[in-house]
Amino acid sequence: MAFKKPSPLPGFGLSLGYTVFYLSLIVLIPLGALFFRVVTHIGFEDFWKLATSTRAVASYKLTFGASFIAAVINAIFGTLLAWVLTRYTFPGRRLLDALVDFPFALPTAVAGLTLADLFSERGWLGQFLVPMGIKVAYTSLGVIVALTFIGMPFIVRTLQPVLENLEREVEEAAATLGAGRLRTFWSVVLPTLMPALLTGFALSFARAIGEYGSVVFIAGNKHSESEITPLLIFLRLEEYDYTGAMAIAVVMLLFSFVLLIGINLLERWASRFQN
Amino acid sequence: MSIELRNVSKQFGQVRAVEGVTFTVKEGELVALLGPSGGGKTTVLRMIAGLETPTGGDLFIRGERMNDVSVQKRNIGFVFQGYALFKTMSVRENIAFGLKIKKWRTADIEARVDELLKLFGLDGLGARYPHQLSGGQRQRVAIARALAPKPSVLLLDEPFGAVDAKIRQELREWLVRLHHELNVTTIFVTHDQEEALEVSNRIVIFSRGKLEQIGTPRDVYEKPANEFVARFIGVLNVLELKVQNGQARLAELSFPTHGVPEGNTLRIGFRPYAVQISSQLGEYRYRATLKHIFFLGVLLRLELETPSGLTIRTRIIKEEFNRLGIAEGAEVSFQIREYRVLSREGDSLSAEVPVAQLVSLAEGI
Amino acid sequence: MASAAKSRLNRISRSQRGTEESPWVRAVLIGIALLFSGLFLLLPLANVFAQAFSKGYAHYIKALVNPDTQSAIVLTLTVAIIAVPLNLVFGVVAAWLIAKFDFTGKALLLTLIDLPFSVSPVVSGLIYVVLFGLQGYLGEWLLDHDIKIIFAVPGIVLATVFVTFPFVARELIPLMQAQGSDQEEAALTLGASGWQTFWKVTMPSIKWGLIYGVILCNARAMGEFGAVSVVSGHITGMTDTLSLRVEKLYVEDVAAAFASASVLAVLALITLGLKTWLEHRQAADLARAQAVSLEAEDTDAPPRASTPSDSTAAAA
Repeated sequence: MAFKKPSPLPGFGLSLGYTVFYLSLIVLIPLGALFFRVVTHIGFEDFWKLATSTRAVASYKLTFGASFIAAVINAIFGTLLAWVLTRYTFPGRRLLDALVDFPFALPTAVAGLTLADLFSERGWLGQFLVPMGIKVAYTSLGVIVALTFIGMPFIVRTLQPVLENLEREVEEAAATLGAGRLRTFWSVVLPTLMPALLTGFALSFARAIGEYGSVVFIAGNKHSESEITPLLIFLRLEEYDYTGAMAIAVVMLLFSFVLLIGINLLERWASRFQN
Repeated sequence: MSIELRNVSKQFGQVRAVEGVTFTVKEGELVALLGPSGGGKTTVLRMIAGLETPTGGDLFIRGERMNDVSVQKRNIGFVFQGYALFKTMSVRENIAFGLKIKKWRTADIEARVDELLKLFGLDGLGARYPHQLSGGQRQRVAIARALAPKPSVLLLDEPFGAVDAKIRQELREWLVRLHHELNVTTIFVTHDQEEALEVSNRIVIFSRGKLEQIGTPRDVYEKPANEFVARFIGVLNVLELKVQNGQARLAELSFPTHGVPEGNTLRIGFRPYAVQISSQLGEYRYRATLKHIFFLGVLLRLELETPSGLTIRTRIIKEEFNRLGIAEGAEVSFQIREYRVLSREGDSLSAEVPVAQLVSLAEGI
Repeated sequence: MASAAKSRLNRISRSQRGTEESPWVRAVLIGIALLFSGLFLLLPLANVFAQAFSKGYAHYIKALVNPDTQSAIVLTLTVAIIAVPLNLVFGVVAAWLIAKFDFTGKALLLTLIDLPFSVSPVVSGLIYVVLFGLQGYLGEWLLDHDIKIIFAVPGIVLATVFVTFPFVARELIPLMQAQGSDQEEAALTLGASGWQTFWKVTMPSIKWGLIYGVILCNARAMGEFGAVSVVSGHITGMTDTLSLRVEKLYVEDVAAAFASASVLAVLALITLGLKTWLEHRQAADLARAQAVSLEAEDTDAPPRASTPSDSTAAAA
């Protein structure tokens, strides 16, 4: 089998060469260097110890737990938002549609800053919540809030095109067979949305796990309580503990790769009902 | 009386899609709603189903007024143009869907689905998903799904539109047999006059939201109610003649004025089969050159050109053509055997006027 | 009055169709959506500006004209000006490669291009420290030759290039794949060279997608925090970007921090505006293209509907 199918268009060699060169320079060599460094400079035993220290494990739990909860919240409200945006017309719909991308566009530091302020004791929301005993700023609850904020566009934006392309006839078919709206949504619409919903969930989850900027402002960063994994890497670096930072970074990277593969498989699975 | 529409209208915003339509469909009938696209036929079908609500008039199914009854409660079976199968469900699950909604017992559902799979020649395909089926199979699943809950009416929107020409013929015959077997009141929408003539017991013809004619295929073909129907059914050529010196003329052709005053226009229509041709130049009144021959199978379409350049299109059966023994470029004589006078408004039709003694209507049907 | 009653009747009858939600379900769903997005989107945005001006207009201006903040703005712009074009060129080249050719390993290449999206920003910074930092592979060599990368501008640029790496490519690849190669092949048969084909045929048809990608890439480049934070060294007036400046000021002067943040928030709003405008443009282009193809379909009448037309005898 030939490496490349014949094409009348020029530029294959040039574009392949440049793409591979630039990709290697910016992404592959630096990432490879990290793995190589960990493999050559830290023995497996040390690596395991560094990667599974109590503090590290606490940070994994918080990061994964909060990311998961945030992704679940987004799955529910994101689906609702996507549905409302594609199905209904109401004043402000286009503004709301544009605003969904706000967390994408807003620098994470600004997001963290304003969320931390909103939920602080004297903030717009905090002044009501704190007296009720609900502390968001500087707690793990704050981590969830920040991660929900940054992950929201993923679900809405993966669901929207699918919802727009849903044939109305399929829902009408369900109605002619006697199914009410709720039943139709549950057994006809939702299964069709499921692959996109799972993809959006995974994307939102993956983004949340790596997130740093928005969380450090609101989390308070207390040892083993509201300290997320990326922050732990950062602190290790600040302490010039390079090996510690690298070990935890490798754990994160491996997990990112697993998620990336998972998302790819999901997308392939999602297309199985197409012909 | 299975279905009755009384002065039913539907307006979408400013657009009047259906205007004052009245007709009835008897129990067990197979009725075609025929018309050009945008004629309102699909809207009528969707109103019967309850997918659209009439903005005026009354709709009855088995004597019950249905205007305010939701689609879920009408007990109709609807087959969509694109089939609208549930992609994430297998063939079995698709067919069983309506039964589950109606809370049938599991064993009854299984039995009913098996029965339908067999009836529709889908044995062994129950576990497949829609994307694993051919176009014809998908359509049969769609019909089976619609019929599963034993609806009082089966409604089909352009049932043969999405399959290719070869399967279409098979499916038409199959639908006729199926209807014969199940005897469920069936209404289908089509833009294909041949399909409507071939398949249905009765045809309802729509144009621009209005009902033009309702009748058996033979009625519609032989006694079209107006020019639109006649032209749509494909049985009318139209000529516009100028009345001069007591004769209605177009190029070489001349006809009686039929009372149209001097200087005005007389419109006449004739069937494509009403042109008689002879290889003997003297036999008929007019002369022409045979410009083109199009083979359509058993039929041929001929294009004649008169010396002054007027084109006349006609159809002829193959045996007749062989008998004539002519080829492209041949000189022939012809005449228009019979025609109808069309009103100036283009609405009503006169009785057919025989030109020659030969009056044979059956030819060409 | 009558028309209001009629429209109400219409609404009711529509919900009776059973294929749409009843008006009150609709209202509740829209209400929840508005409440959720109001709390989660609008409130944080409004708060940025409210806090920025909380100590008055003068304090706001003073915070922005502060030389350290000014240098942070300059650095942020500099980084974006270098990083965005680099990824723009890469995006176009990679999209050409992937959309126009079929070769072994294409799927792997696509995954690798997406890779930076799934790497935590902090790790993105860390990998350059491992390469160029004092204890890194090239650290000593760089020190000997007096080249500063980590805790200096080049490191910030590198980290930014990494995190914004896939943006342009991601927008262009699906667009160019959807467009296919027909137009390019037609240009070649008409005697155009490869470059001419690229500039005159490919570029015009991808320009909106390209601008879209650049806008997203730029927004992230200017706003990146985590990766930059690791490699910058936080030297005030030297290696602080606007995002880093926000963090530093948060401890010293909250209102000043919000003033800097408001600049970034305005950037985000401009990005959103441009993005929405571009999407409408693309939708309009698409609608036009579809209208053209629909017209073409109309003349190509369905097989049977053509029969009536041959019943009209026409004078030649």
